Amino acid sequence: MENWITEAHSDAVHFNVKVKEQLYHGQSKYQMIDIYDTYAFGRLLALDGDIMITEKDEFIYHDMIVHVPMATNPDIKKVLVIGGGDGGTVRELTRYKTIEQIDMVELDEQVVNVCRDYFKDVASGFDDPRVHLYFEDGVSFVSGLKEVYDLIIVDSTDPFGPGEGLFSKGFYENCFYALKEDGILINQHESPYYENDAYEMKRSHANIKRTFDIAKVYQFHMPTYPSGHWLFGFASKTMDPETVDLSTWEALDIKTKYYNTKIHKGAFALPTYVVNMLEEV
Amino acid sequence: MLDHNKTPLYDALRKHIESRVIPFDVPGHKQGHGNEELQKLFPKSVLEADVNSMKSLDFLGNPISVIKEAEDLLADAYLSDESFFIVNGTTQAVQAMLMSAVNEGDTVILPRNVHKSAINAMILCGAKPHYMYPHFEAKFGMTIGVSLEEVKKAIEEAPEAKAIFLINPTYYGVISELKAIIEYAQCQGLLVIVDEAHGAHFPFHKELPKTAMAYGADMAAVSLHKTGGSLTQSSALLLNTRKIERDHVKTIVNLTQSTSASYLLMTSLDLTRKFLMTQGEKNLEMVLELARNARDKINAIDGLIAFSAKDFNPEGCYGFDETKLGVCVTGIGLTGIHVYDLLRDEYNIQVEMGDSHNILAIFSVGDTEKRVNQLVSALSAIAQKYKREPLDLKFNSFNATAVAYSPREAFYKEKERILITESAGRVSGEFVMIYPPGIPILAPGELITEEICAYIELLKREKGSISGLKDNNVEYLYCIKE
Repeated sequence: MENWITEAHSDAVHFNVKVKEQLYHGQSKYQMIDIYDTYAFGRLLALDGDIMITEKDEFIYHDMIVHVPMATNPDIKKVLVIGGGDGGTVRELTRYKTIEQIDMVELDEQVVNVCRDYFKDVASGFDDPRVHLYFEDGVSFVSGLKEVYDLIIVDSTDPFGPGEGLFSKGFYENCFYALKEDGILINQHESPYYENDAYEMKRSHANIKRTFDIAKVYQFHMPTYPSGHWLFGFASKTMDPETVDLSTWEALDIKTKYYNTKIHKGAFALPTYVVNMLEEV
Repeated sequence: MLDHNKTPLYDALRKHIESRVIPFDVPGHKQGHGNEELQKLFPKSVLEADVNSMKSLDFLGNPISVIKEAEDLLADAYLSDESFFIVNGTTQAVQAMLMSAVNEGDTVILPRNVHKSAINAMILCGAKPHYMYPHFEAKFGMTIGVSLEEVKKAIEEAPEAKAIFLINPTYYGVISELKAIIEYAQCQGLLVIVDEAHGAHFPFHKELPKTAMAYGADMAAVSLHKTGGSLTQSSALLLNTRKIERDHVKTIVNLTQSTSASYLLMTSLDLTRKFLMTQGEKNLEMVLELARNARDKINAIDGLIAFSAKDFNPEGCYGFDETKLGVCVTGIGLTGIHVYDLLRDEYNIQVEMGDSHNILAIFSVGDTEKRVNQLVSALSAIAQKYKREPLDLKFNSFNATAVAYSPREAFYKEKERILITESAGRVSGEFVMIYPPGIPILAPGELITEEICAYIELLKREKGSISGLKDNNVEYLYCIKE
């Protein structure tokens, strides 16, 4: 008998993945957590039925969420990761010896514990002594902070569910205050293709644009996410990721699988329909 | 104590739906057949439950079976002898209470910060108001509770009064000297009727204030839809029958209540009563914790005061409902009206109201920690982003004005249009209100003062939602023709 899991990418489109076996199923205080072993993507983590990461393609997401801001400003010392319970973002950050402190605020401790057990490579950064884990709501964590971080990465789930507050204007504004003068905010920016995702993309961009002087969007190709075309937001008070000199990063000689400095420049070149959508907000 | 796991009206409705009776009565939508948009918005279960009175479902105008049983359970839950389900909002309950208690020409003692519905009720029944002036808390720009002393003074001034009308709690959650007032007023032979629109959750947690019925008031109106969790417009009138008969109140309620009472609303009352009686304590414990945490976090933000009992003058505050999260925002240099708009337009958060000094967020059994965090986060962002010099708003109450005519006399007298800025010294022929909460700045029959004119101008400048006037631009006021 064949086993398949299905994620609805829209009301009219389903994405099916053939499953070898289910490795874990649990209900945390916040969401349903499932881990499957799949033929195409290796191990796969789903929260409330939505695919978060898979062993095969997580490098794309984590390369792009970390190396774009790090190459823009290699002097980053203090980083805050909000969400990111699987650990992939923290793992990429720990590869920079220059970073002094990585605080990660994840709502759901159970996600971290399960990923430590089932995604040993992805979660490998958690044991780095520079990493401090806080299990609470990121929305509250950043409220009231003043010029503490060089980089804030919002590695969240979709805005429908526990991640809702991480797309709110108040949260982005508090991130602005929590960032130092050269601070950078990277956020999970949804996708332009399907209507629901595009609505959130526009709303999110509108909120960030009204808060940060520099508010750009960059794209990457993510096989297991709806439409395969996904976006991150790059916002900062002073630094422009498109004009900055990337040679310092080249000299660090960090081995990546997806990111390179040509991708860095190219990722900010967006399809015309996406440019139009972002301009209209 | 009755068995509060019972839901007689809900059970009867379920049974009716399951029996698939062929409907050749109203409502004409017949479970939404044919109207696709209606079906899309309201699931089948809602449309099926939207039925009219019939033998198996009782009749609200003269309940004798399942509605009466549900009303008896509700009365039991609220420690009263009788209850009436109300489907036209607490406004109707307030009107029915006043019309049951007093007749044309009778005097009612009531605090100036009553809801418009109470004064409207006096237009209907012809009673005369004698106002008490609740303590005015200048730093928050609000009227709060009434003391026993104030009540004694009012009864001395108006010994002919038949009834006293109280509010428990105020919109912001402040409690008057309720127990002592009820005991004293009843000793003086007055009927005590209480607007508990904002206290529907009180009986269900030991750390919440007591209800007027628990102290033996004669009647109370409770907005179960506000903080109890039933559907909008569903409410209840509670009655202790020592001095007023059930049939008398029933007749009055039926003057204005719909004869096509909604079973959605009534059944929501039945289910809400069960929920509050069986799970209310546990849920309200969580609500109180959320509200307390939010207060602490907001009070840590420079310039904001999430007030509670200790922030009020004890002469006007004898208890406090912690589930009402009022925040004074003048410390960051903004008016409450401005912050209310910012929250709505910029942060996608709807709070209950904003006035000159404060905003009010209502916490109830439907709230979650994450949503509360968003509210606090938005306030923190606003406090940093917009912070200016603190505002010094000087409204030392606009309430000390005189009643020239009863609301009913003023309502029917000939009127003329006068510029508001030139209206001082005249008698108002209409309401001027800020909404929410629908508390009158001026009621029909009241003398207009310079102070009131200035207050209206300030609210206009701050784009407060002023209503009640015929002139939508709020430039002219209809005054009694001299």
